[in-house]
Amino acid sequence: MVEHIHSDGEEPAVTLDAFLSQSNATAVRLEPDEDARALIPHLDRLALIEVAFPKFRDGRGYSSARILREAGYAGELRAQGDVLVDQIAYMKRCGFDTFAPEKELNAADVEAALARWPEHYQGAADGAVPIWKLRHG
Amino acid sequence: MYKYDEYDHAMVDARVAEFSDQVRRRLAGEITEDQFKPLRLMNGLYLQLHAYMLRVAVPYGTLDSRQMRMLAHIARKYDRDYGHFTTRQNIQYNWIKLEDAPAILQDLASVEMHAIQTSGNCIRNISSDQWAGAAADEITDPRPWAELLRQWSSFHPEFSYLPRKFKIAVIAANEDRAAMRLHDIGIQIVEKDGQHGAAFYVGGGMGRTPMIAPLIKDFVPLDDMLSYAEACLRVYNRYGRRDNIYKARIKILIHELGADEYRRQVEEEFVHVKSLGIDPPKAEFDRIAAQFAPPPLDASAPDAIDRSDPDFAVWVDQNVAEHKVSGHAIVNISLKPIGGIPGDASSAQIDLMADLAEKYSHDELRVTHAQNIVLPHVRKGDLYAVWQALDAAGLATPNLDLISDIIACPGLDYCSLANARSIPVAQKIATRFSDLGRQKELGELKLKISGCINACGHHHAGHIGILGVDRKGTENYQLSLGGSGAEDVSLGTITGPGFDEDGVVDAIERVTDKYLATRTEGERFVDTFRRVGMAPFKEAIYG
Amino acid sequence: MKLLTGNDLKTGFVTWWTGADWSLHIEDAADVGEAGEAILAAEEGARRVNAPYIINGEATADGPRPAHIKDRIRALGPTVRPDLTLKPADPAAGDWVI
Ligand code: HEM
Ligand code: SF4
Repeated sequence: MVEHIHSDGEEPAVTLDAFLSQSNATAVRLEPDEDARALIPHLDRLALIEVAFPKFRDGRGYSSARILREAGYAGELRAQGDVLVDQIAYMKRCGFDTFAPEKELNAADVEAALARWPEHYQGAADGAVPIWKLRHG
Repeated sequence: MYKYDEYDHAMVDARVAEFSDQVRRRLAGEITEDQFKPLRLMNGLYLQLHAYMLRVAVPYGTLDSRQMRMLAHIARKYDRDYGHFTTRQNIQYNWIKLEDAPAILQDLASVEMHAIQTSGNCIRNISSDQWAGAAADEITDPRPWAELLRQWSSFHPEFSYLPRKFKIAVIAANEDRAAMRLHDIGIQIVEKDGQHGAAFYVGGGMGRTPMIAPLIKDFVPLDDMLSYAEACLRVYNRYGRRDNIYKARIKILIHELGADEYRRQVEEEFVHVKSLGIDPPKAEFDRIAAQFAPPPLDASAPDAIDRSDPDFAVWVDQNVAEHKVSGHAIVNISLKPIGGIPGDASSAQIDLMADLAEKYSHDELRVTHAQNIVLPHVRKGDLYAVWQALDAAGLATPNLDLISDIIACPGLDYCSLANARSIPVAQKIATRFSDLGRQKELGELKLKISGCINACGHHHAGHIGILGVDRKGTENYQLSLGGSGAEDVSLGTITGPGFDEDGVVDAIERVTDKYLATRTEGERFVDTFRRVGMAPFKEAIYG
Repeated sequence: MKLLTGNDLKTGFVTWWTGADWSLHIEDAADVGEAGEAILAAEEGARRVNAPYIINGEATADGPRPAHIKDRIRALGPTVRPDLTLKPADPAAGDWVI
């Protein structure tokens, strides 16, 4: 389920470097220029991966999310930062399941955005059945 | 032609609803221009010099008469009675109101058209060979491949916030009529062991750093094409530069990595992506390809053309090309009347071309990257009637591929990024060389003009290219020679110091005179330039 | 002199700040001196203008004229389509633009 996160009172996510060097942390934060694949050996001990979107125009986090889901990551995958209502449907398709936007989103708009697309042309990380498959059964 | 099924309709309708809502939120002040801009751009809506501009996609340049009439209707109802056909096989309207944009998109959707991803840092309209399905030299019709890519790239969740815009062209002939290697990905459908597959050229482009795409993979089987494209894009999305907008295109990434390293990364990603099962089955390709089945052309139709009207004969010789089916021809309609605005057509002209397509060309039209229109399937016996109708509408200028068939971007008359006007220069050159005998004497000569370094007018790829620059607040024009966007692709070389508007026309005349004096039998301008180099031309221009 | 220009949010038409409102006609434009930034912030915030900016202009007998060719073309319309400019009936209307 997609939800809004208000991040009070949860264990803070550590940086990728901190996570890889020592920590037994279960939450990590990935910046746009960091390689999501570095986390692949550790996915089963992670409960939260927070992917940073410092600017909404920077789309690297979409690839990070898909790479993590394609590698089998099943924990919480959160988009944090300059996350806008017009992006969350694509983010969800790339595997994000929670959102921590810097600026509060209107709940009705979020709902409308997530309900917008009846189907999808291409396969992604959300398990949706692509249109070509629907066409050919 | 491809016809939407219920899914395609639902997707486009959802997009119209989404954009209508986004426009509403913008007009109500719920989102800022900064937030709205990428959203409107992904729906083809720019804010230009005089108003909003809407760019409507014509996927791979193909449309039917009903769609063409809708383009005329939009021009008439929402704009100022004309449209501008572009080098990317799109049409642009220059006087659109934001409050009308949702209604326009709805009208477009009713004829299976849209403005989706005609701008923004996403995968743009897929362009193709304007003679697809008709050209004698193609190995297959490239459009089913392009349609497969169109669907895959539409609303792609991972690749909608790329470092920069992304343009794909698909061809299937050795003659390149789509400037394939000047695209971010240029695909040529080739044959190997009796199978068709896609050769991927990646990292071409124009703009301020023009580059010719290197071959990244010589043969990608149909079953792997979308996975391969996905791998190409993922490497770019992750590693393309985002620190500098002028270095953000994929050509810079590949230039910096080297084609071999880029290929290695793509291959590695491809092995992974291929395991995800994102390639549609052959049945989906077949479903699409069936809709591009050749029209029922009668190969026993008479091949002879009555050339007794000399004006008609001149037009046939210049603007009509061989069709792969005997008794038929490809009609190229020039949107370059002498002294006119390259690529512009009035609503009435658009309607007329739609009528002719319906009556004489199996209901098909094409938009070309040279900003002209094509009727792809005309019986030779109908050519005279077609010509008469075109001539009466000012659409029969017999100048295809001659010096007055100029590609020109909108330039400073319409474009807010421009440094100088393009259209008046095009008009002056065409007028100076208006004598058809003189144009034919010069032969094939591709002249291309851009109003700034973004190179929308393909000036780097012009046999003669003109670039508008701002020289201390006045318009100035740089001349370059020796480019080509065809299969003999090359980038032009700047002649030297720039000129004012009249100066550049004079300089071109000196260049063409030099060519006539220097050429050997059968040499086109660009051939002579390649043989003798810049020096004699420089001498002719600057003394 | 300093002039303010932008586009109307709904129609996209080029507009000029008159000192109290926005006009389609450059002739109505007012010199804003140093006040430009503040006016723009307020006007853009109120959605009375879109993508506004400050330009240099010159006072002439016929009214204010933008210093840069781009804004002179914006002020009248495309030089290649006099019929689509703000003054289609006046053949001399564009004389000052280029
Ligand atoms: C009037 C509004 C337009 C704007 C604001 C605009 C903007 C741009 C920009 C910024 C670039 C450079 C991109 C880069 O190098 O990263 C570009 C390239 C290009 N544009 Fe436009 N353009 C406009 C109109 C057109 C028109 C009318 C055409 C067709 C005639 C066109 C076709 C192209 C092409 C073919 C390129 C080169 C692609 C490349 O760099 O590989 N554009 N445009
Ligand atoms: S080349 Fe420059 S002036 Fe011409 S349309 Fe493109 S951005 Fe505008």
